Amino acid sequence: MEVTASIDKETKTNLWGGGVSPFKVSYGKIMMWFFLLSDAFTFSGLLITYGFLRYSYPAFQGPASAFRPSVEYWPIPEKIFDAVPFLHGVHLPLLFVGIMTFILILSSVTMVLAVEAGQRMDRNDVTKWMLWTIVGGVAFLSCQAWEWSHFITGTADGMVLTNGMIVNGANLQVNEYGPPLFASLFFFITGFHGTHVLSGVILNVIIFYNVVIGTYDKRGKYEMIEKVGLYWHFVDLVWVFVFTFFYLI
Amino acid sequence: METTVSVEVKPVNKAKVRKLWKIALILGIITAIEFFMAYTMPRGILLYAAFVGLTIVKAFYIVSEFMHLKYEVKALIWSILLPMIFVVWLIIALLAEGGSIFNHLY
Repeated sequence: MEVTASIDKETKTNLWGGGVSPFKVSYGKIMMWFFLLSDAFTFSGLLITYGFLRYSYPAFQGPASAFRPSVEYWPIPEKIFDAVPFLHGVHLPLLFVGIMTFILILSSVTMVLAVEAGQRMDRNDVTKWMLWTIVGGVAFLSCQAWEWSHFITGTADGMVLTNGMIVNGANLQVNEYGPPLFASLFFFITGFHGTHVLSGVILNVIIFYNVVIGTYDKRGKYEMIEKVGLYWHFVDLVWVFVFTFFYLI
Repeated sequence: METTVSVEVKPVNKAKVRKLWKIALILGIITAIEFFMAYTMPRGILLYAAFVGLTIVKAFYIVSEFMHLKYEVKALIWSILLPMIFVVWLIIALLAEGGSIFNHLY
């Protein structure tokens, strides 16, 4: 009793003096946190660039129902992203992006359940929830592949430029939705996020394999699940912001 | 060659799991509210402010509960949150810059 009390007092006064862990977190988790912080800056940079460029373009004047795409002003996103697979020609603003958001939130829950199972050393449960997380990630990537191909292909009518040229779909030089920068930002922001989801899925598959062969049972702890979990939740977090600032506003 | 490692599997923490599903439900409901607002409210500052507010609520739940930051020591929480001030600064700086470019061109 007496001894523990004096040790506690000592560690409290020398919190940053070495020998103790001031953050009470393992090295790997701290490094993951600081990596995610730097990644948050990168995504902030991209999203704020979107805001910056949008502010330097005129907004569409008039009611949203009268909106027609033009290179003169910034498009209204809900008028652009209104397609859903198998429902060709139906105007369903933002519905598909909403489905993608729900998929990512659900895969975040299955990941946190895998973390919970890992803390209980329950290999079967970790296997189950990791597998669901991977399924969610693959589903999201498939949705994004459809979204990209639809965006690149464009509509049958396209947009007629002032010189009479008709633009269909989108590339990095020109697009039928608005100023060229709109498509560039779409490719950069959703592409950078999609790359993160892809690497997250790859990490999850590696960890899943290790779980199945029993690596973490031998190691005596499932902390690796918590580390990839942090990364996976961050990917979900970024999508929440992309959803708001790219699609809603 | 079979290598068996004996590990003690603890039972499911039902209260914790229920809480996690509840947070997922909250996130889903907030997203549904955002949809409802996007469909019904006119576009403008009020709508945008509501979107930003709801996004921050969602971010709070993901970071504090899913990423478990709420339960870490204070020093770690602040080392992650305080650098975000730079992001706030960049938002203010670049939106002002964008506005002045707009005034210059149009």
